[in-house]
Amino acid sequence: MNALSLGYLAAGLGAGLAVIGAGLGIGRLAASAMEGSARQPTAVGDIRTSMIIAAALIEGVTLFAIVVCLLLAISK
Amino acid sequence: MTLTVATLALGLTLATPQAEAQPGHPAPEVGAEGAAGHAEPHTLPEVMMHHVANGAELELPGICGGKFQWTCKVDLHEITGRWVVHVGGLSIDLTPSKHLVMMWVAALLLTVLLLAVARGRSVVPRGLYNFFEMLVQFVRDIAVSNIGAADADRFVPYLACAFFFILFMNLLGLVPYMATATANVSVTVGLALFTFVITQFAAIKAQGVGGYLKHLTGGVPVSLAWLWPIMIPVEFLGLFTKPFALTVRLFANMVAGHFVIYSLLGLIFSISLLVAPVSVALALAIFMLELFVAFVQAYIFTMLSALFIGAGLVHHEHEHAEHGDASDASHVAGKAPGHG
Repeated sequence: MNALSLGYLAAGLGAGLAVIGAGLGIGRLAASAMEGSARQPTAVGDIRTSMIIAAALIEGVTLFAIVVCLLLAISK
Repeated sequence: MTLTVATLALGLTLATPQAEAQPGHPAPEVGAEGAAGHAEPHTLPEVMMHHVANGAELELPGICGGKFQWTCKVDLHEITGRWVVHVGGLSIDLTPSKHLVMMWVAALLLTVLLLAVARGRSVVPRGLYNFFEMLVQFVRDIAVSNIGAADADRFVPYLACAFFFILFMNLLGLVPYMATATANVSVTVGLALFTFVITQFAAIKAQGVGGYLKHLTGGVPVSLAWLWPIMIPVEFLGLFTKPFALTVRLFANMVAGHFVIYSLLGLIFSISLLVAPVSVALALAIFMLELFVAFVQAYIFTMLSALFIGAGLVHHEHEHAEHGDASDASHVAGKAPGHG
């Protein structure tokens, strides 16, 4: 169990945990967007736009973690 | 606007000196002929890094080695020589690299397209000019809703530049034989730096240097001045978190998409040739997602830049004690008719 293999393990675990966070967050976002669209069909366009923006921002945070994992995975 | 695009491209090319390309040796598996710089990448991580990361070679179809080949390596260092700039004691290597050439291609494409299309200017636009006017109108709506109708037109040129340049760079990465320049952290840092500088200048211009520095104290009054040594460094560092987020968001989105596509196609080599139909179908789906992400990331970058600029300007309105519904009225009136 040298440092390099621990680094690879950490990279894999980190990526998995990051995806859990993103999945939960964006899932909740999509759920409330669906509910809002169902309650007010006239607002569907605005809700869709806001949903996409919020999803991109949440994904941005996830990708911070992915970048750290990539740095771990490609180090020597 | 095309002049601004060209200036932006020039500024970015000068602001992002590309480091020497290092072929990655991530996994000690198949012995690539290690020491020599341009060894053929053998393992999947090496191939992925070779395609996504910056390098000194372009790969284009052409005639080399006597006959037509689908990938001819064009060594940029040989073609252009080495452009090394000596500043004081430092020597900065500004030799064109793959991503830099892609930035130039995107800027050139944008300039040529917009110059050709601008002839269609008229009261009733039609054709390709109509399409571009729609996009510029879209960017202007972003500016108006985030900055306010009064100041929006000052910043629309920069925001339109950022939007179109990032969009073209993202889309260029999806074309075969081309690379994504925005998958390079130096490029996205350059773009975020532009937003940062413009935000600070707009804030200083709106609030004056005194007002700007006062906001750096974070609203702590003079009576609690002993808190300032804590507040001011924290607020100062807080100025940099937003451009940092802009940088990493764009960079990571572009790199992640390409990585997933390469990984899926690499499964064909890792597992067996039989998974090829599934692998290519999945890669195609991710490719469509990448197309969508290219547009969304350009939009998000532009929208957040407009938001930060607007946030720096909003104190200006407080100082002049404008009543609240004035900004709301201008918000509604500033939207273009037929927007929806």
